[in-house]
Amino acid sequence: MRLAITGGLLVDPAAGTETRADLYVAEGRIVAAGEAPQGFRADRVLDAAGLVVCPGLVDLWARLGGPGAGLDGELAAAVAGGVTRLACPPDSDPPLDEPGLVEMLARHADSTALAQVHPVGALTCGLAGEKLAELGALSQAGCVAFSQGDRPVADLVVLWRALQYATTFGFRVWLHPEDGSLARGGVAHDGEVAGRLGLPGIPALAETVAVATALLLARDTGTRLHLTRLSCADSVEMVRRARAEGMEVTCDVSVHHLHLSELDLGYFDPLCRLEPPLRSQRDRDALAHGVADGTIQAVCSDHRPLDEDDKQLPFGEAGAGATGLELLLPLTLKWALHERLALPSALAPVTTGPARVLGLELPSLAPGAAADLCLFDPGAWWTVERATLRSRGANTPFSGYELSGRVRCTLVAGRVVYESR
Amino acid sequence: MSPNPQLNPRGELRHLLSIEGLPREVLLHILDTARSFLSVTEREIKKVPLLRGKSVFNLFFEPSTRTRTTFEIAAKRLSADVINLNVATSSQTKGETLLDTVDNLAAMHADMFVVRHATSGAPYLIARHVSPEIHVINAGDGRHAHPTQALLDVFTVRHYKGGFEHLKVAIVGDVLHSRVARSEIHALTSLGVPEVRVVAPRTLVPPHVEKMGVRVCHDPAEGLQGVDVVMMLRLQNERMRGALLPSAREFFRHYGLTPERLALAAPDAIVMHPGPMNRGVEIDSAVADGPQSVILPQVTFGIAVRMAVMAILAGSAP
Amino acid sequence: MPLPDPEALLARLVEAMRPDVAPSCVLVGIHSGGVWVARRLHAALGMEAALGTLDANFYRDDFGRRGLKPSVQPTELPFEVADADVVLVDDVLFTGRTIRAALNVLFDYGRPRRVRLAALVDRGGRELPMAADWIGGRVEVPDDRMVVVEQDAAGRLALSLTERDGVA
Repeated sequence: MRLAITGGLLVDPAAGTETRADLYVAEGRIVAAGEAPQGFRADRVLDAAGLVVCPGLVDLWARLGGPGAGLDGELAAAVAGGVTRLACPPDSDPPLDEPGLVEMLARHADSTALAQVHPVGALTCGLAGEKLAELGALSQAGCVAFSQGDRPVADLVVLWRALQYATTFGFRVWLHPEDGSLARGGVAHDGEVAGRLGLPGIPALAETVAVATALLLARDTGTRLHLTRLSCADSVEMVRRARAEGMEVTCDVSVHHLHLSELDLGYFDPLCRLEPPLRSQRDRDALAHGVADGTIQAVCSDHRPLDEDDKQLPFGEAGAGATGLELLLPLTLKWALHERLALPSALAPVTTGPARVLGLELPSLAPGAAADLCLFDPGAWWTVERATLRSRGANTPFSGYELSGRVRCTLVAGRVVYESR
Repeated sequence: MSPNPQLNPRGELRHLLSIEGLPREVLLHILDTARSFLSVTEREIKKVPLLRGKSVFNLFFEPSTRTRTTFEIAAKRLSADVINLNVATSSQTKGETLLDTVDNLAAMHADMFVVRHATSGAPYLIARHVSPEIHVINAGDGRHAHPTQALLDVFTVRHYKGGFEHLKVAIVGDVLHSRVARSEIHALTSLGVPEVRVVAPRTLVPPHVEKMGVRVCHDPAEGLQGVDVVMMLRLQNERMRGALLPSAREFFRHYGLTPERLALAAPDAIVMHPGPMNRGVEIDSAVADGPQSVILPQVTFGIAVRMAVMAILAGSAP
Repeated sequence: MPLPDPEALLARLVEAMRPDVAPSCVLVGIHSGGVWVARRLHAALGMEAALGTLDANFYRDDFGRRGLKPSVQPTELPFEVADADVVLVDDVLFTGRTIRAALNVLFDYGRPRRVRLAALVDRGGRELPMAADWIGGRVEVPDDRMVVVEQDAAGRLALSLTERDGVA
């Protein structure tokens, strides 16, 4: 299949460029930009006039499973959101602590021929934080990193040894920093709003203590540490300092936390029940600036589709999480607009940034790069609602919002896997 | 942010979920109406026909005989039919969701739900879910709000102190876990009390509580100095677990309302408590039964206040 | 048609009542206009017992349609209602529904020996079998108008007409 993508604005975050030019794809790879190669005859021409053409999005944290879930449906949602690669955390049911489970997931994902799935394996058996999982076998099965999902390791000896062991083999470890005891029973940021609404709080300390611990253990063990879904200003500052001191630590933030704060809880809106919780406006601003200045390398969807029943509950009993794959692009664009960033910089935290964390070939539009592409209309406004989402879950705090930036076409390895009407 | 779900488009009270966000005029209307109902509760036939033919469902997901009884009496004095449901022990254990239960009762033509729930915000969920002609009263949700308690408290304050604008009020005890305290703070500040203090150790004060317009005093001597009203809070036994307090005895030593501590307040200060009291934990019996205690009148006023709330809600448009 | 002077109506009402109302009777004014009228009658007739005031809002039959008035007043009957010889006082007698509600209030306090009714103005339009024992006068007004009694700071009464909003 040979494709000519004509008339679009080519945005290449790796090169930091935006150029209006045609793009040529053959054999699953980009073969040229601008002039067609000698004798190139397109099987199909995609008219990209008015659209941005960029590398497909890479999402570091998307949950595909859950009760009654269809993996296929969520991968369809991914490509509808322009996401061509995603990492899937291990805290599914059952958790990804067996090579067989990882292989099954990878095989199933491959069979859909939609977005590519990179499983993140369990660091400990059953994520119980007691016994190490078989990291070697899991790595062989395709795990790109190891994590506890949202389940913290309570016993620091176990965590310390897990990092030592993983580092022996050069495995990456992703930790979601939250101290289990400080967070216990909490359902919302332990701030002004939770105080007023009488919601049991999760203090910022629950995260910052865990960030400090993780940084100290990683420094001691030399681990390639990645911190997932930071929510506090102080966490960003700690990572900034560690990186300034030469540590190779990376981190990401969920796209929701770039826009929302505890104030959005309003009158107990269960759609704003997230993990980590929405924090103060100061935290939100620090996260948004942290991505802009490169302290935070990636913005993830933190996708978690939930059934309506999971949200038709009092705030504290509602399931935590939001659907996000289809909102990642428009919400990243919204953040970039606010930070006054040009498109190449705007798209870096959802393309090159996360690809580096995953250790993948850098997404780009240069000849030879994989033709994982996203074509979107940056000026198209759409309303977030059940009818405009592919995901099984319509649970998002942005429900009813109008957002600009709509994906028109997604390509994986040179194949069109999504096209909007 | 969505509009205040308690008010209808004309700004009238449709549900009573929280004191927060209610205009001062709405609070005063409730208090004025309650004063009229007080005369009803004091006469030979303590019943008026306002809610005749209406069904009030006491929907208690958390046991509380006392609060349920006061709502039941209030509804019956308004001639409503009252149905008590202790859901904690029935359908919820069979896997029925909260909204399933509500839908079932609504299908039995409920006109009003009085809801008590252990989770903050549960009455909001119900209010958003029910059809517009059904009214919801929050009878206490988690740590969030207990608006009728706060209303009867400010009714009591007005009854004894004649107004609000000249008062200093201290709220003493476990503010962190107290829905009563949160509602009292909103009621007092909305009605113009210039100085509301919360008096508690650091472990029992919610974060940023000063943003609700109160002064935090960790020292009870400072907190009680010169106040006109002392509102005590109940200390739950489970606070001794979880390292919030060493013991009930130690709490009493530092924060218990003794005659000596009460002497720091204004000479004519009144002492209030939402009940049930823990004598010797948050309050000394000599104070609870003393001349400055208005704890029993609070209970009497509670009926009139709940009658007023029900009557106003039942008469409001969807 | 010009409205009559309420002060003249009041004087006529006092004269009409004087032969029939013994000082041992009790006067009960219906909030709010009826209380103003009753207060003047109470003084003019030299009643012995304190004036009673009554708010019939909790007994109104249109509560379901109109809700609770924002200005419900406490009912204060500072005497034993049982066996009392009661004179209810209202400002404007119209449909009779307020009187019906007021009687219910009264009976929830006790069983009076007798209840009679005085009204400053009768404007007709009865919807219930009610009649006043004494009136200050009659007025004829269109069905879509309300006769409203007001009291100024000096206690002087005034009559006016307003649009009728729904049900009286």
